[in-house]
Amino acid sequence: MKLSSVISARFGKPDSTALKGYREDGGYATWLQVLSEKRAPSSLIEEVKTSGLRGRGGAGFSTGMKWSFVPGDSPKPKYLCVNGDESEPGTFKDRQILEMDPHQLLEGVGIASYAIGAHIAYIYLRCEFKKGIETVEAAIREAYDAGLFGKNIQGSGYDLDVHLTMGAGAYICGEETSLLNSIEGVRPYPRNKPPFPAVEGLFACPTIVNNVETICNIPHIIKNGAAWHAGLGHSEDPGSRLWCVSGHVEKPGVYEIETGYKLQDLLDGPCGGMLGGRKLKAVIPGGSSSKVLLPEEVAKVTMDTPGIRAMGSSLGSAGIIVLDETTCMVDAVLNLMRFYAHESCGQCTPCREGTPWLVKILDRIERGEGREVDLELIEDLASNIEGRTVCALADGACWPLTSIVRKFRHEFVAKIPVSARKDVVSA
Amino acid sequence: MFAAELVTELEEIRARFPYPKAAMVPVLRRLQTEKGWLDKETQAWVAEFLSVNAIEVHEVVTFYPMLYADPVGKHVVHVCRTLSCEVCGGKELWRHLEKKLGVTRGETSADGKFTLRAAECLASCGTAPVMLIDNVRHEHVGPEEADKLLGGVG
Repeated sequence: MKLSSVISARFGKPDSTALKGYREDGGYATWLQVLSEKRAPSSLIEEVKTSGLRGRGGAGFSTGMKWSFVPGDSPKPKYLCVNGDESEPGTFKDRQILEMDPHQLLEGVGIASYAIGAHIAYIYLRCEFKKGIETVEAAIREAYDAGLFGKNIQGSGYDLDVHLTMGAGAYICGEETSLLNSIEGVRPYPRNKPPFPAVEGLFACPTIVNNVETICNIPHIIKNGAAWHAGLGHSEDPGSRLWCVSGHVEKPGVYEIETGYKLQDLLDGPCGGMLGGRKLKAVIPGGSSSKVLLPEEVAKVTMDTPGIRAMGSSLGSAGIIVLDETTCMVDAVLNLMRFYAHESCGQCTPCREGTPWLVKILDRIERGEGREVDLELIEDLASNIEGRTVCALADGACWPLTSIVRKFRHEFVAKIPVSARKDVVSA
Repeated sequence: MFAAELVTELEEIRARFPYPKAAMVPVLRRLQTEKGWLDKETQAWVAEFLSVNAIEVHEVVTFYPMLYADPVGKHVVHVCRTLSCEVCGGKELWRHLEKKLGVTRGETSADGKFTLRAAECLASCGTAPVMLIDNVRHEHVGPEEADKLLGGVG
């Protein structure tokens, strides 16, 4: 198992957050080169497109493609919004970037803004990231003082203002259109798409919303070239990603690895195996909204989009939650459904009403008061929630739920009183 | 209503945006840090400061878990309740804190010192269980560690 160090190269260095150290490591050279060469924005977009970079926030859409949707001829101002609302259960990589290498993010913000023609960029962080907010704020000040942002940067004629703004503890704000409403100061309900933010986003202007880790890839891609990035890891889903491992392993943490590796190798190698040598029961591989994998699937799966799709799941935000044999899967899924019910914004009826119903049903099963028909009721409810809402939060609730109920049906049935089991009821 | 220095800071935040309303969440968070919670007077002040109706401020305050429309204790303790924390010692931490403070989640201790709140995933799953005290993150918090931390701010 080979760990890599593109994004995390400077993590843990003394003074990794200071401008001085970043510049000594070659930082901002790419940004200054883009400015001094007056690179054609379209050539930057092309480079990112060819690199094969996919968004690291969860949806995995091509970043270069997204950028290319910004209408170049629009007379309106354009905005870049950096999504640092990291709240998908199991995910804790962006926070580490914010706390340990803020200038890497800011250099990416500069290049990305230039590429899409934005003169204002907002970095949106969740307010619980006190340290991250303080670190990024200090870094923005340093960058301004060094003439890296502001008016007519380095005499290039290009202006860019970078501002920090924040949410206040709502998972939904990580959904890109909710994030835009959050910045605008209204209730952050997700918006219908189309129009997509690239055409009509923040303040009804063309806007690109990119995840923190996605943006951090940009300086590396522009510096080393699209071909370099396209050659990292799996050819259909290239790159070096930050994988967050939590739960029952000896050494949880963030590991940077090129796509295409075997999940089992990560768990056995860098993660030091299962906690206390216990047996693996399940892995939720891509943040809590992805479908669960059984041990035999974990043993086979490669961590790239085609590999994980073949197992019926998704890489999502790369939050790998490992559960051992001591875990009750009814408990686990109830925990997650409470999360979704709490975080449902309340805009769409199927999600607002449906997620608490799911909690209610799971809770009664957990308490030993369920009926076996409840398992069919869960499926029925989920199929009436999924795909029927403005955003993907409700889908994200249904995917882990139905996959866990199907793959661990015996654990649910075991909690149902014998008198309420199907074979007894129908007898 | 607020010190001139604070108002200057809020004006700087407001100037980051083409429309004053967009400063809503950062301004409310800043005032909450100052006052502990966002009472009606503060909300009305913000409405005027951002040139919006009072209801628009109230809509936002009542949406976000980290904006408090009701009084809280001197210190606010958020304990993560989501999956990775729950399976790695979170349940024990919850039981311990509820017993120690004599409250259930959401309540304030009788002496008014601590409000105990549940937080959803705090993005520190690899160092579970995790809690915030007055928004400062603490990792690997077992019951003993929790006692020390609360003693430290109490």
